[in-house]
Amino acid sequence: MSAPQLLAGPDPSRGSERRAEHVARLGPLPKGGHALIELLVRTGLTGRGGAGFPVGLKWRAVTTASHGSAVVIANGAEGEPHSRKDRLLMTSRPHLILDGAMLAAASVHAKQVVLYIGEEHHAAMRSMSGALTERTEHERRMVRIVAAPPRYVAGDSSATVHLVDAGIATPTTTPPSPRDRGVGGAATLVQNVETLAHVAVIARTGIATDTVLITVAGGVRAPGVFEVNVGTPLGDAVQLAGGASEPVRAVLVGGYFGQWVEPAEAWSLPLDPHALRARGLSLGCGVIGLVPASHCAVCEVAGIMRYLASESSAQCGPCFFGLRALADACTRIAERGTDPGDLQRLQRWSAEVQGRGACKHPDGVVMFLQSAMKTFGDDFAHHPAHIRRSA
Amino acid sequence: MNNSVLWYTTRGAGAVSLVLLSAVVVLGILSVLRVQTTGWPRFLTVGLHRNLALMTLVFLTLHIVTAVVDPFTHLGWLAAVVPFSSYYRTFWLGLGTIAFELLLAIVLTSLVRGFIGQAAWRLLHWLTYAAWPFAVLHGVGTGTDAWSAWLFTLQAFCVIAVLAAIGYRFMTGSRDPLADARSSFQGAVDRREPR
Amino acid sequence: MTKQFELAVDRIKCDGRGLCAEILPERIRLDSWGYPIVAPGPIPEHLMGLAARAVDDCPVLAIALRRAQVQKQRPK
Repeated sequence: MSAPQLLAGPDPSRGSERRAEHVARLGPLPKGGHALIELLVRTGLTGRGGAGFPVGLKWRAVTTASHGSAVVIANGAEGEPHSRKDRLLMTSRPHLILDGAMLAAASVHAKQVVLYIGEEHHAAMRSMSGALTERTEHERRMVRIVAAPPRYVAGDSSATVHLVDAGIATPTTTPPSPRDRGVGGAATLVQNVETLAHVAVIARTGIATDTVLITVAGGVRAPGVFEVNVGTPLGDAVQLAGGASEPVRAVLVGGYFGQWVEPAEAWSLPLDPHALRARGLSLGCGVIGLVPASHCAVCEVAGIMRYLASESSAQCGPCFFGLRALADACTRIAERGTDPGDLQRLQRWSAEVQGRGACKHPDGVVMFLQSAMKTFGDDFAHHPAHIRRSA
Repeated sequence: MNNSVLWYTTRGAGAVSLVLLSAVVVLGILSVLRVQTTGWPRFLTVGLHRNLALMTLVFLTLHIVTAVVDPFTHLGWLAAVVPFSSYYRTFWLGLGTIAFELLLAIVLTSLVRGFIGQAAWRLLHWLTYAAWPFAVLHGVGTGTDAWSAWLFTLQAFCVIAVLAAIGYRFMTGSRDPLADARSSFQGAVDRREPR
Repeated sequence: MTKQFELAVDRIKCDGRGLCAEILPERIRLDSWGYPIVAPGPIPEHLMGLAARAVDDCPVLAIALRRAQVQKQRPK
């Protein structure tokens, strides 16, 4: 495995890397612009926020819609409960992120940069605002920090734009997409902080980065964030986290909007966004969660469903009522045992909910549930009644 | 033209306008309350509400035109558009003028709702709660036979029906099943500066 | 070739009043919670009048007619 790229340099646990050291290690900030966008297209960098959209294409689109007054939002909200990578980057490599944001601003002709950071993520806040004081006068005037409410959908692109623009972090109807009309009606680029960090490296080396940040969580001995080579087998990443602490029932790949995979299949999965997509999976926000065999799979799924249902912004009926109904049905199966009516209801309601919200929240939840019902088919079909176990 | 015909038409059209307007207000409230039965779909409430509103304007126009044209009242056309400008029963007639103009504004904005947008339309539509009482008071104050049995009964019936509907509306909560959850979530993610 | 239109619901504005499904049951039905499920694809010519009425009658202007679009991948 070759050297880390984003986390290269001083140990991340030592805190925020100062500007002087950052520049000494990596060189000065390169120029953004059309050439950089084309470079990003060639390298095939995809977003690390969850959607995995090609970065170069996104920047091209925003540049086209921009009339010299676009807005760049560095999305570090990290609403996914088990993800830690964005916070780690913000607390240890703030200048990488700021570099990426500045390169984006120059490339899409933006005059404003917003750092969108979880309001409860104090260390990240301190680190990013501290790093900001070390930047040039020009950069400091462009950048402001906006605190994200601690909710799951607060990191959604349109919710991010809505919060920055109007002070309320609820998703909005698209079209128009933020790329075309975002903050103050201007073209807005919303990009995950890890993606921006990759851009900062790519702009200096001229070639693709070949690493990705993964958060390993759940039944492992040393959960944490690891920078691994793209294509590393999932099992190797789990070993970096100290290996499984007990036998594994299943692996959740990609966080709460990801898919469940049986351990035997999971260990050899390449941690590569493109390769995973080819197999019908998704790296998402890079969370790999191990569920121990001692935990009841149905109860785990029901707990996550309850959480995701409660995180609906309650703007669209099908999402709010549908997810609640799905979560309730899962909980009934978990607590009172399998009922064929509930299994049918889960299928019917999943079909009714999918694609019928203003944002992707209901879709993500339905895909998570469908994956669970496929992977834990037997568990769902023959679940006995027992007391709800906490995760 | 026989003066009595004009006079009777004015009063008759006025009474019909009041009945129609009251029905329109009640139907509007039933629409917000999402009232429906197997035999009465929601689009019927909305459709009747709109059609009766247009009919109200027709009868109102008849009421105003016959009143102005009638030589007995000495009303000029100005009185139909400028409130409190008539010599005849200045105050009570003025209320009617205001009611008419409010209704005109409400109906016209409803016809172009697609252009002005839902928010602006809704704001103007609240004026209904000003237009209706003005119309009632106008009827009570200007009608020479306002206290005749038939007209009194009619007006009482209209007032009771509308007040009952309004009372019911403000006693029941929002019929939007998402209202509570939505405002509670919004409250949790609202980061606007407190005023 | 005549222009083809399809119905689009603004999911945030929609609050389940249900008039659209009453007016155009051929293309719109209500889900288990009273919110509209719109059949995808362009509206047949003979139903355009009713579709326009459904758009006009919606108390919150949540449904609209738009030019029929080819399905394409939507980036975030």
